[in-house]
Amino acid sequence: MNEKYLEIRNITKVFQTPEGGEVRALDDVSLDIASGEFFILLGPSGCGKTTLLRSIAGLEYPDSGEIVLQGERIDDKPPYERPVNTVFQSYALFPHMTVSANIAFGLEMENVDKAQVSARVTEALAQVRLEGYENRMPSQLSGGQQQRVALARALAKKPKVLLLDEPLSALDLKLRRGMQVELKRLQRETGITFVFVTHDQEEAMSMGDRIAVFSEGKIVQLDTPVEVYRRPVNAYVADFIGETNLIKGTVVAGGISLPGGNILPTDQLAADSVIPASGEVTVAIRPEDLVLATNGMISGTVRDVIFTGDSVRVHVAVGDVEVIASLASYGTQIPEQGSKVTLNPEHRAARTVAS
Amino acid sequence: MSHTNTASRKRGKLVNLRNFPGFNPAAWFVLFFLYSPLVYVVIYSFNSSRIGAVWESFSVKWYGKVFENTDIQRALKNSLQVGFVATVLSTLLAVMAALGLLRMQRAGKAVAMALIGAPLIIAEIVLAVGTLGLFIAVGVPLGKIGLMVAHTAFCIPFALLPIRARLSQLDMAPFEAASDLGANERQILRRITLPLLAPAIFAGALLAFAISIDDFITSFFVAGPGATTLPVYIFGMIRSTVTPEVNAISTLLLLFSGSVLIGSYLIQRKRR
Repeated sequence: MNEKYLEIRNITKVFQTPEGGEVRALDDVSLDIASGEFFILLGPSGCGKTTLLRSIAGLEYPDSGEIVLQGERIDDKPPYERPVNTVFQSYALFPHMTVSANIAFGLEMENVDKAQVSARVTEALAQVRLEGYENRMPSQLSGGQQQRVALARALAKKPKVLLLDEPLSALDLKLRRGMQVELKRLQRETGITFVFVTHDQEEAMSMGDRIAVFSEGKIVQLDTPVEVYRRPVNAYVADFIGETNLIKGTVVAGGISLPGGNILPTDQLAADSVIPASGEVTVAIRPEDLVLATNGMISGTVRDVIFTGDSVRVHVAVGDVEVIASLASYGTQIPEQGSKVTLNPEHRAARTVAS
Repeated sequence: MSHTNTASRKRGKLVNLRNFPGFNPAAWFVLFFLYSPLVYVVIYSFNSSRIGAVWESFSVKWYGKVFENTDIQRALKNSLQVGFVATVLSTLLAVMAALGLLRMQRAGKAVAMALIGAPLIIAEIVLAVGTLGLFIAVGVPLGKIGLMVAHTAFCIPFALLPIRARLSQLDMAPFEAASDLGANERQILRRITLPLLAPAIFAGALLAFAISIDDFITSFFVAGPGATTLPVYIFGMIRSTVTPEVNAISTLLLLFSGSVLIGSYLIQRKRR
């Protein structure tokens, strides 16, 4: 595996707003993507992830920086000369062409001979399981089917990098889950490098080999899903990836003083937690890492109990903040609203995070 | 009638927001107002009487006269030739202008659009006087050539109307996709832009043709002796002697426009 297959070097892109202001969509972003990797660009809307994807495709030209693919600069080439292809959020199918004409389009642009074109169209349709839809028009397809055609159209080109711009955002949850599994399978089978843009952290974690978390034009954290989830570098990432209780506390001797007079001993925090000598810190604890305990470290009053089937979510007022604990549905004594409970963080999963 | 409807009616009449009392007859009046001249022309084209306003008996003799009249046939031929050339040229220019305007900056685009669209509102007589003066000044020969040039010019804004409307509705994503899939500007134009614009180009061409065939004022000014178009010829007929032959030609013209309209509707529907 080539670790420096696609290199993004110091890319900056500034947009002018109609009001005359400036938006720094990408602020000196650098990252390396390995060949055959399923790479995720994750962040809320307006964080720059789509601008980076479009810059790789050539649909946007960065103000400065370089994009290098297999050692060759591509950032000065027009989109039609780059060996990368895009699956657009809106699918962007050609409405006046049949499914097979849509897929054949990119191959005809390469002057692939006719027999080859039809073979590759058939292959691409099989890859996305749309055999038999060759002669349909895009308007005759459901959203999910259009999505597959868009995917087949890009895959047929056998791109060196496949760029996917929130391709699943328009699908309903069930369809989206199914497509996530299929995309992962396709990526494995074809070995093509995928760069996938999403704002859905669950999607990012379930599909990505690595995730780059974006905020305001910068990469905040770049790591594997497990690392990003378990070791968020700051409160932003901890809050954006999954659900987290972010509790402000003060450093005291031997631990951290939390609201409501609770003390969390230092030896209960993750070993690599950075704890300053004094002052304020933010403690991040995932709801599923909290358990009910007799004589636990964090005491409070149960405000709400929500049964969700596979878990019971208990909202506990701890001093002036609310802490959510997600308890296993079975084998747990479900506390009553208004009762006093104590909670313990398990497996030393609580950690301090930079705010 | 649904249950709730009857129930609520007992308490008070349901307010129908689409019901404006008294306007229904108005709609019928508008239709009558619009179409009574056409109905008159068609009916009296079958009147055997020489005097237009008096009904005598049913006859098709005026149609026979029209088909014998070589002057009418010559005028019709002129109209069709001028119409054809003007349609092709104005549509071509309109497509090019529309695509050119796409590339322009917002401010320039607005000015250019206003300038191209203005002749739709400017009194045609002004344009006609200007056209005639200019033709004489720069030496464009009056007659068929002059007609073709003048018609091409005033047809452009009409041909542009549907093309512009379609362009402004077009989703830009397929263009990006085409570029992403390896198509350069020329290939995008041929494979994506023109096919997507085709229905609008067709509609624009039809509109241009209708406007050209129908034109009187400009044609009257620049036709010259040898190149009388049909509307100009009909005007001449009415000035000398009003014969029901005029009704027959008009009915034929009506039939022609009607079939073009229906034909284009059928073609557009087939595309869906």
